[in-house]
Amino acid sequence: MRVVVFAMVAAIAGAGATAACAEEKPVELKPGPGLDKVEDNCGACHSLDYIQMNSPFLNAAGWNAEVTKMIKAFGAPINDADAKVIVDYLAKNYGM
Amino acid sequence: MLTRRRLLEGAGAGIAVAGGGLDVPPLFAANPVGVALSPGMPAGLDSAAAMEALPGKQPLIKLSYRPPNYESPLEYFDTPITPNDRFYVRYHLSEIPGVDAKTYKIAVGGDGASGQTEITFDELKNFPAYEVVAVNQCSGNRRGLSKPHVPGVQWGHGAMGCARWKGARLKDLLDKVGLKKEAIEIAFNGAEGPAFDKTPDFVKSLPVWKAVDESTLIAYQMNGEPLPHFNGYPARLVVPGWTGTYWMKHLIAINASTKPLGGFWMNPAYRIPVGEFPVVARFITQETATTTPITEMVVNSLITSHVDGAQVKVGKIAVRGLAWDGGYGIRAVEASTDGGQTWAAATLGDDLGRYAFRPWSFVLTAERGKNTVMVNATNKIGQTQTAELLFNPAGYHNNVMQSVTLNAA
Repeated sequence: MRVVVFAMVAAIAGAGATAACAEEKPVELKPGPGLDKVEDNCGACHSLDYIQMNSPFLNAAGWNAEVTKMIKAFGAPINDADAKVIVDYLAKNYGM
Repeated sequence: MLTRRRLLEGAGAGIAVAGGGLDVPPLFAANPVGVALSPGMPAGLDSAAAMEALPGKQPLIKLSYRPPNYESPLEYFDTPITPNDRFYVRYHLSEIPGVDAKTYKIAVGGDGASGQTEITFDELKNFPAYEVVAVNQCSGNRRGLSKPHVPGVQWGHGAMGCARWKGARLKDLLDKVGLKKEAIEIAFNGAEGPAFDKTPDFVKSLPVWKAVDESTLIAYQMNGEPLPHFNGYPARLVVPGWTGTYWMKHLIAINASTKPLGGFWMNPAYRIPVGEFPVVARFITQETATTTPITEMVVNSLITSHVDGAQVKVGKIAVRGLAWDGGYGIRAVEASTDGGQTWAAATLGDDLGRYAFRPWSFVLTAERGKNTVMVNATNKIGQTQTAELLFNPAGYHNNVMQSVTLNAA
């Protein structure tokens, strides 16, 4: 209930205001199978420099945990098949 | 209403002046010297990090565009007060509205309050005003130096700044609605929201005792100016001594609560293992058997005059820097030139208050070749920095003694 009230207040305060955000330059990730799914899914909620920055120190299990966190904790609407493609891409191109 | 167009035009004007009158100023002022990353940072930062200027800001080290996370380069710490346009930027969520002070309101209430009210910006400024010089440091400052590396924003040394904050006491706003004796936490929300509606909104709480501390402010001025948009305009929470996660930007709601606040950003985020760090301030209503919320900053220091590997001349070299802690105040800063076997006191500079950066300086007599300087700060309750990293999964509280090697010729 408390969170609902917060959300309503946020909606009111934000009404009519356009986002005063940073302009985002394109972030080019390494080419490879699954890049399109990474760009579409990951890039919907955050810029793709997060992936570059967090490399190359996660192994496949580490990247799986990150993608799982995005789905479970942050509510990212990614189906299981796409999640596997994304983890495979990240582990191969940005893993250790 | 501050629209994106107006914000960009305003910033563009500033860049045009600085750049000598470009007709169509670029949004970003690229820094031709690139980014100097500290040794030990993840190699992938070479692709992600770039010197870029957000609207209204000097170039900062861009780590991520969306949400915007930009840290201050070392040269911006040459003064104990960090200028507003050099102050770092950290967001959890990417929908960041331009807030109009004319229509801005803070809703104050909750089940732990006797009443509820709304405070306009003018009303906020009509409360008795107080000032505090205080360090705002991201919990994850220096995460990029964690061994092993841990996921998150890979901050170097610059996810911090120190400003003179002016505002109303949070306690005075809470007194307007009256706290019930059952209230245990005060929760806060800011105007920014997630890009996707299933993502948890960024809401945080403080224990009542910290919320009603006389130093806890709702600040509408930063170094004598309105807050920059990217530092929480028109008003943000200022929680001196505690890490930046509690300093809610664009503050729009304050809820006194009789129950512990839940949600991702309270647990599992922003947690440290119980007993790992020598912190005094506790957030008992949020503690579990294994984890507790991060609270006050640990004592720390930064060498600001030289980067590791800098070339210097043989002879006397002034090595300068800053020290800070969770609000007990800095008692001493010591430097060692023999790898920590012997220590000599550095000279402390102006004391701007116990929550502020404390400048210090140390004269090194540099001999030809490599000269290593290691620094350790001690606060007024006797806490010191650590020699070895106290590893934790989120990469918080990195206060390992810094060491730089200067090459003298």
